[in-house]
Amino acid sequence: MVEAVLPAGWLDNSYRSVCPVWLDRCVTLCVWGVAAAVTAVFVCIVGDLVWHGIGQVSWSFIVDLPRDAGRAGGIGPMIVSTGLILTVCLAVSVPVGLGTAVLLAEFSSDHRLFGVLVRRSLDVLAGVPSIVFGLFGSAFFCVYLRMGYSILAGGLTLACMVLPILIRSVEAGIRSVPEEYRLGAAALGLTRGRAVWHLLLPAASPGVIVGLVLGIGRAIAETAALIFTSGYVTRMPESLLDSGRSLSIHIYDLSMNVAGGDANAYATALVLMVCLLVINWVASVVADGCLCRRLIRV
Amino acid sequence: MLIWGLRACAAVAGSVVLLIVLFLVTESLPVLGHMGWSRFLTDASWHPAGDAAEGTFNLTPIVVGTLATTAGSVMIVVPLGLISAVFCCYYAPPVLARCYRRLIELLAGIPSVVYGFWGLVVLVPLVRRFEPPGPSLLAGVLILTVMILPTIALTAEAAMMNVPRAYLHGAAALGLSKRATLWGVVIPAAKSGVLTGVILGIGRAIGETMAILMVCGNIVQVPTSVFDPVRTLTANIALEMAYAMGDHRSALFVSGLVLMGLIMVLVIVAETISKRESHG
Repeated sequence: MVEAVLPAGWLDNSYRSVCPVWLDRCVTLCVWGVAAAVTAVFVCIVGDLVWHGIGQVSWSFIVDLPRDAGRAGGIGPMIVSTGLILTVCLAVSVPVGLGTAVLLAEFSSDHRLFGVLVRRSLDVLAGVPSIVFGLFGSAFFCVYLRMGYSILAGGLTLACMVLPILIRSVEAGIRSVPEEYRLGAAALGLTRGRAVWHLLLPAASPGVIVGLVLGIGRAIAETAALIFTSGYVTRMPESLLDSGRSLSIHIYDLSMNVAGGDANAYATALVLMVCLLVINWVASVVADGCLCRRLIRV
Repeated sequence: MLIWGLRACAAVAGSVVLLIVLFLVTESLPVLGHMGWSRFLTDASWHPAGDAAEGTFNLTPIVVGTLATTAGSVMIVVPLGLISAVFCCYYAPPVLARCYRRLIELLAGIPSVVYGFWGLVVLVPLVRRFEPPGPSLLAGVLILTVMILPTIALTAEAAMMNVPRAYLHGAAALGLSKRATLWGVVIPAAKSGVLTGVILGIGRAIGETMAILMVCGNIVQVPTSVFDPVRTLTANIALEMAYAMGDHRSALFVSGLVLMGLIMVLVIVAETISKRESHG
């Protein structure tokens, strides 16, 4: 094991360089310097957003319709569209993702080849660039399934995108459930289906929560996959077949295509970041609460 | 009954990739059919039109743009990411390490369009002060660096955490300094984990669209200096998809297919590396 990982002669090299104390000091300094620089960049980005954005954000900004191509007015329709896109995305990806994760974690020994194939294709899916999802979504959902530029098409495209994230963390969660739980369920005469539903999923709730949070984060942050699927329209969406502009596309459009839109872009970016934080928090609280309660009832 | 439902779910999840490839291929077939691959490399310039006979379709400068931004950012980010991970694992006091890890995770959660926006209003004017025009390869490289740093730092840290304690104890018993331990023991032992992270990072850099689109200037040319504007494959799709028709649209799907191919190669390489680790 050691020979396989460490190059031959590593020991001698290290010994030879034991002496210079100043080199150690330099390395220490350099490590702390890099950490400080990364922190500074983070503070710079977040500070800049908060500093320029906080002045514009108010209740009326959040609920109003945009005016003058977004330079004035609010972001009400974008928030509604983003919420609808996210709902569609989760409504499709959560059931499919949970099912797949359960199959891969609990039943894959029965279907070895199938499991390997599914896992391999999910690995690739996780790496597919978002713009390629956009191309696929516009060709498949918008044109082939005739949904046009719509919230439905955008949500479905995002569902494809968050599937691998969701599946990976739920699967890891289920695998980390101790073997005794399964044995105990079998001893009690629970069928495998009931064992999964009442025992394994609740016990795997940390994994489920992490998956949800990561998936929601990815979906809300997404821009490139939505431009050609859910569209640009700033109207308040009336149905899932309407086109709707998400918050992220609004930021892009304001900063690139609308001169003088920077102030509102800052405010929208701030709202988007706060949304991300809040949704993460709510998702974890809710999922935690209901899954734990089910576990106790059993 | 249950098992069939689960199998159906898995079949849906597994077939998404196939569907994506299928649609990319069918959409790009028209232009590949009557034009072939060679014109994407030999045409005079990138001036696409709906009809292959009228337009010119040279993707080379755009591919060079993608490679330049990716290579530049990966070269900067690998040392930074490694040092960040080392900081978390071996230098920072536990409280600070936890804060720093949280900070890196937050950095990973910032949407790419927000990075792009920040780059546009802060970074681009900064670059412009050194050397106009501002939107440039350099700005793209810098913004990508910040964006992939979390990927590489977090995976490298996980790999370093997995280094067996016994190695560290051995190094301590030999009286190695912290630096010598890191250089001689930790980094070689964590090598394959780090490498997997780097490959993930490369994949992310190649596929990044919004931030690059917003800070790189999007002029189709082979850059001669880091201050030249460039256009990447992803930005090209995002910019032209809205109005592309016919063969032009097909050509964009071809570039999507190229991106997809690159990602598949990277995933296979990453898998090979991690498999070799688990066997070694």
